[in-house]
Amino acid sequence: MIQFERFQLANGLRVLVHEDRSTPMAVVNVLYDVGARDEDPNKTGFAHLFEHLMFGGSANIPDFETPLQLAGGENNAYTTNDFTNYYIQLPAENMETAFWLESDRMVSLAFSEKSLEVQRKVVCEEFKEHYINKPYGDAWFKMRELVYTRHPYRWMTIGKELAHIEQAKLRDVKDFFFKYYRPVNAVLVVAGNVHTDQVRALAEKWFGDIDTGEKYIRNLPAEPKQHGARRLEVKADVPLDALYKCYPMAARTDPGYYVADLISEVLGGGASSRLHQSLIKEKKLFSQIECYHTGSTDPGLVVIEGKLIKGIRLEDADKAVEEEIARLLSGKIEEKELMKVKNKTESAILFEDMSVMNRANSLAIYELLGDANMMNTELARYQAVTADEILATGREIFHPDNSNTMYYNSIN
Amino acid sequence: MQTIDRINGLNRVNRRVAPPVKDAVDFNLVLPPYKRFVLKNGVEVFAIDLGNLDTLMVNWIFDAGNWFEERNGVATAANALLKSGTGRRNAYAINDHFEYYGSYLSRACHHETADINLHCLGRHAGELLPVVAEVVMDSIYPEEELAIYKKNAQQRLQVNLKKCDFVAGRLIDAYIYGAGHPYGRYSSLADYEALQQEELKEYYRRFYQHGRCRIIVAGKLPADIIGQLDKYFGDLPLTPASATPPQPPHPILPDPEKRHHIVNDPNGVQGAIRIGRNFPNRHHPDFQKFQVLNNVFGGFFGSRLMMNIREDKGYTYGIYSYLVNNRQESGFIVSTEAGKEVCAATIDEVYKEMRLICAKPIGAEELQMARNHTIGTILGDLDGPFHVASRWKTLLLNGLDGDYFDQGIRIVKTVTSEGLRELANKYLDPAAFYELLVI
Repeated sequence: MIQFERFQLANGLRVLVHEDRSTPMAVVNVLYDVGARDEDPNKTGFAHLFEHLMFGGSANIPDFETPLQLAGGENNAYTTNDFTNYYIQLPAENMETAFWLESDRMVSLAFSEKSLEVQRKVVCEEFKEHYINKPYGDAWFKMRELVYTRHPYRWMTIGKELAHIEQAKLRDVKDFFFKYYRPVNAVLVVAGNVHTDQVRALAEKWFGDIDTGEKYIRNLPAEPKQHGARRLEVKADVPLDALYKCYPMAARTDPGYYVADLISEVLGGGASSRLHQSLIKEKKLFSQIECYHTGSTDPGLVVIEGKLIKGIRLEDADKAVEEEIARLLSGKIEEKELMKVKNKTESAILFEDMSVMNRANSLAIYELLGDANMMNTELARYQAVTADEILATGREIFHPDNSNTMYYNSIN
Repeated sequence: MQTIDRINGLNRVNRRVAPPVKDAVDFNLVLPPYKRFVLKNGVEVFAIDLGNLDTLMVNWIFDAGNWFEERNGVATAANALLKSGTGRRNAYAINDHFEYYGSYLSRACHHETADINLHCLGRHAGELLPVVAEVVMDSIYPEEELAIYKKNAQQRLQVNLKKCDFVAGRLIDAYIYGAGHPYGRYSSLADYEALQQEELKEYYRRFYQHGRCRIIVAGKLPADIIGQLDKYFGDLPLTPASATPPQPPHPILPDPEKRHHIVNDPNGVQGAIRIGRNFPNRHHPDFQKFQVLNNVFGGFFGSRLMMNIREDKGYTYGIYSYLVNNRQESGFIVSTEAGKEVCAATIDEVYKEMRLICAKPIGAEELQMARNHTIGTILGDLDGPFHVASRWKTLLLNGLDGDYFDQGIRIVKTVTSEGLRELANKYLDPAAFYELLVI
């Protein structure tokens, strides 16, 4: 049970406090309700580029890093398709430094031309390092475009193409900031060796007078229901053929999410999972295969991806995957197998919650999803899933009309 | 300016002045101690009882790293195939057992040691420890599993060889330690092909079944955990491990040629850069002091390399320098991936930073920053049983004790700018470095 207190400042900033006296540290986590899905289709990659700019100096503090290091702190940030998260961990005695730094960049960024110019280059190098200069690095660009025809999950967080990042203007940066980076669109979580009263006072002191801003009302095009299997074939200079299959699944807060999560565990979680055992060990068609889901806020994807044993044809490998899916849909799974994936989920949650940083992060994300207390009810929702639901939801997800398949051919 | 004045006008707070901070020297850092137990067969158990969740980690550390192998890849394969079958259970049954209880049984092969690692809920330990003991005592290395392993490892290697950072990571170690040294050796497709069941079994017999072992257990420890470990492992023919240098000795033979520029992928858009040199091991008095210097130079996000080459020039997504975690001899390596057209400029800047840190004493604020950041990081890193266990593991495997940790903290708190400049002049002469670029 994760205990927390919750209050809201007059400007709309939601604040959560999680006290844990067993650590000497404090974590200050600021989550902004903006991700790559909120971008203009012609200016993709912007939410992530913007995250980089958040370290380029703010209204009153030219250098974010130096004062934080003087306080013995560390920080980082990440952007997803759904949101952008910033976190600082530092000795609890120095917690106020984090309030000062985070609040000032919520007041306003410095909007430096130099910072934009440098970070455009840095992000371009990040793009190259992860998506161009790596075998199979472009696979997800292609896959997302195949699966999402309207919803902005169509593009990657890093952006659709280098050109979008290269063309980012300071004007765009300012507009983006004042539209999304307002108290009313943010969640502040403070966790660790802290007291709620102290956090309340510091939150009022540093964040209390920041302009509320306008609440961002998200209105994204929903992805229409898929009618009919889609296929894509590509060729690239990679050593092995690879198979990618995606199937639309429920949104994060939908009951079907928990079922889909367990289904992906049954198929591909660990060395005793069905795909691993059948296709790597018994049939020897793949050298590597996994099943997971994208876990996104809006309806996501169940993904099966694997690399083929040299000499095996993609058609045959694909057929074998389909057979495993058919086997899953042919009847209820055994109670023991269901218990296994539930046990795995339970320990995964417990291990993740060991770190105060993860706890702070999860509280913020759940609050954004609607209620931080979901953190305490998740396990029960997994445990309530039945074999009947696995079967019924499995049949929906893996309906042949919902499949998206990419053959990634090696030209070697 | 208007925005700022408005904000500060409304508020009583002066945003231009940083809140006061408690300095690093005022933090009292204590590495929580372990309790030591000895099993019936002499195997030592180091127990770290911390935390309030029912999570447990048990780490069996065998002297079974690639130090002891006679042919490339044998130690890694012997370790990786530990879960591939025992006299009583096939690979599937082993995996299914651990996964049923929501636990993870992982393996890892290093240079001197090779590990088996169990993460589980404390309440399941009794179901899991006997099967770990079975894996340690009764692995049979089935031919079929070996064939699958060979094939899959070869395929993985083929993919990795397309990545410039992977290729560079292997080569720099080979230059620093010599391609024949356990620290510098790496496997080829042919090495995997040549693996034989019999030699794996023999390696297993010597270095696991009858091997030297120590155990670290951490988490909220179940009351009877030591009794359980003694029950399942105390009667096995294992012997206690020691921190004395492993045998046979392997001489370090660095490559005579310092500069290597390699084209791995003619169409690559980035190059992997490694600039590295040999460095003494943890027992040398310079080691811990150098870690402070490294923090200023390239050890974390606020370091000079990152501030100059990423945050000012935008040549790379990230650049770091670090001391390699080796027992016999460490290495000091600068590592980055940079755009193909700016690789030469990046390398120049790294050397410039070396010359600068040798020539000019580090300023008071920068030193203070490095000190405080280091202490803050260690403080955060002592949070939780697994982090504490990992600190102890490094100390124990290197034959060090808690004093070493305390001494390290003292050094961080007291090292002077002049002392660091002397150290820079001793170790950061560009001429002493291997320079590797892989495109």
